[in-house]
Amino acid sequence: MMNDHAAETSTSSHSAAIAPSCARAPIGLLAELTHRCPLQCPYCSNPVDLERANTELSTADWVSVMRQAGELGILQIHLSGGEPTARKDLEEIIAAAAKAGLYTNLITAGVLLTRERLEKLKDAGLDHVQLSIQDVDPENADRIAAYKGGAVKKREVARWVRELDMPLTINAPLHRQNISNLPAIIDYAVEVGAGRLEVAHVQYYAWALKNRAALMPTREEFMGTAAIVDAARERLKGILAFDFVVPDYYAKYPKPCMGGWGRGIINITPSGKVLPCHAAESLPGLTFDSVRDRPLADIWLNGQAFQAYRGTEWMKEPCKSCPRKDIDYGGCRCQAFALTGDAANTDPACSLSPLHAEWAKVADVESHKTAPDFVYRRMGGAKESAKEPQDA
Amino acid sequence: MPDPGQPTRLIVEGGSVLALPRHIKLKHDAGRGRWIILGPERVYEPDETAIEVLKLVDGQRSVAAIAHVLAAQYQAPADVILEDITQMLQDLADKGVVR
Repeated sequence: MMNDHAAETSTSSHSAAIAPSCARAPIGLLAELTHRCPLQCPYCSNPVDLERANTELSTADWVSVMRQAGELGILQIHLSGGEPTARKDLEEIIAAAAKAGLYTNLITAGVLLTRERLEKLKDAGLDHVQLSIQDVDPENADRIAAYKGGAVKKREVARWVRELDMPLTINAPLHRQNISNLPAIIDYAVEVGAGRLEVAHVQYYAWALKNRAALMPTREEFMGTAAIVDAARERLKGILAFDFVVPDYYAKYPKPCMGGWGRGIINITPSGKVLPCHAAESLPGLTFDSVRDRPLADIWLNGQAFQAYRGTEWMKEPCKSCPRKDIDYGGCRCQAFALTGDAANTDPACSLSPLHAEWAKVADVESHKTAPDFVYRRMGGAKESAKEPQDA
Repeated sequence: MPDPGQPTRLIVEGGSVLALPRHIKLKHDAGRGRWIILGPERVYEPDETAIEVLKLVDGQRSVAAIAHVLAAQYQAPADVILEDITQMLQDLADKGVVR
């Protein structure tokens, strides 16, 4: 009788967990504080058109957002980017979030941090650090991020986090150019004292979609990672918790993107645009309000973009009559639009989509060809052909 | 032999003295009328039993002592309660909610 006394909900955006049905207010807020980042990872989830530093919200704007988020009933704030530590006022933003009763999560690449800064962030009220790694092999990691010395620095940052007795999550985006190192990535997470490891297969939007052929693993490689994670989860029970994010090209059902549109997660861009998901700007016909013009609660409840695909009323067949419609919400609107031209169609990740077979084949074909060069993530980078990365 | 430098799983027993780490927050979620536990990228919704137990987890009392408090409070046999809450706390320890 005693097994599950504490039902668990993930507050991150790519999770398969569903927010409780009573939740009318969002659970989590993803705050993209800046699109500036010294790293150039080719699978970055930021839009291909990066927002410039001179359009970023001010400190006072973010302080106001945090206060409003607390009042709206948001529980957790994910401070992300770009690289959030590139903002010199991060301490003030964290302090405002803590004051508003929000649980604060820093999603960082780590390379700009010093121990002193991390200590200041902790003192400001930071609850948790999620540190990304590109690989355990330093040379390969620095090549993927196009940032020399990054891998060595990250190990140091992980040590500081633990020395300061803060909980640490390692986030390892997985793709064909690091996938064979998964067992070593798991060992790395244990070694640095992480309590959680996100084994996150790259999600193919934005930069990652541009680089899909350079990143997509084969089905066999993907299945291999699932088996490794399953075994490690059991072996490391009570030591390391796992979040396993699958590539939906190899899934049978689509993921419940964002836990349902406008249902549990809210996203704010560096310039203050409020989005139902970080890729929503790729969809036509949506109006995105700014926190500069309108209260956050009003945008969440009544904003056109949030209402557009909230719930299940907007659905067409096969979603409309599908018994899974309240489980996966028809998958991802952005992927549906990108591949079918209509965001209200079912996501091709779903086996009921007429495009599913063709779409799944793309992954199979690309993953067996020689990987092309990366198109590195940087301002204007998507317009260039794949050149040698510049040092940041 | 386990490497002394390696982290190991915490096994909860009657003599274990547990606490909520600083980064785990048990709080009332007024907007939704429920108690919640906030942790790294997680929200847990504890049931009434778990809430009663967690309120007694203070870094001082042992699990057995908590069972005694609850036994007196609910007039139930302490050994049955001890078995139940040991299992529950093991699950919460595995989730990182207590340590």
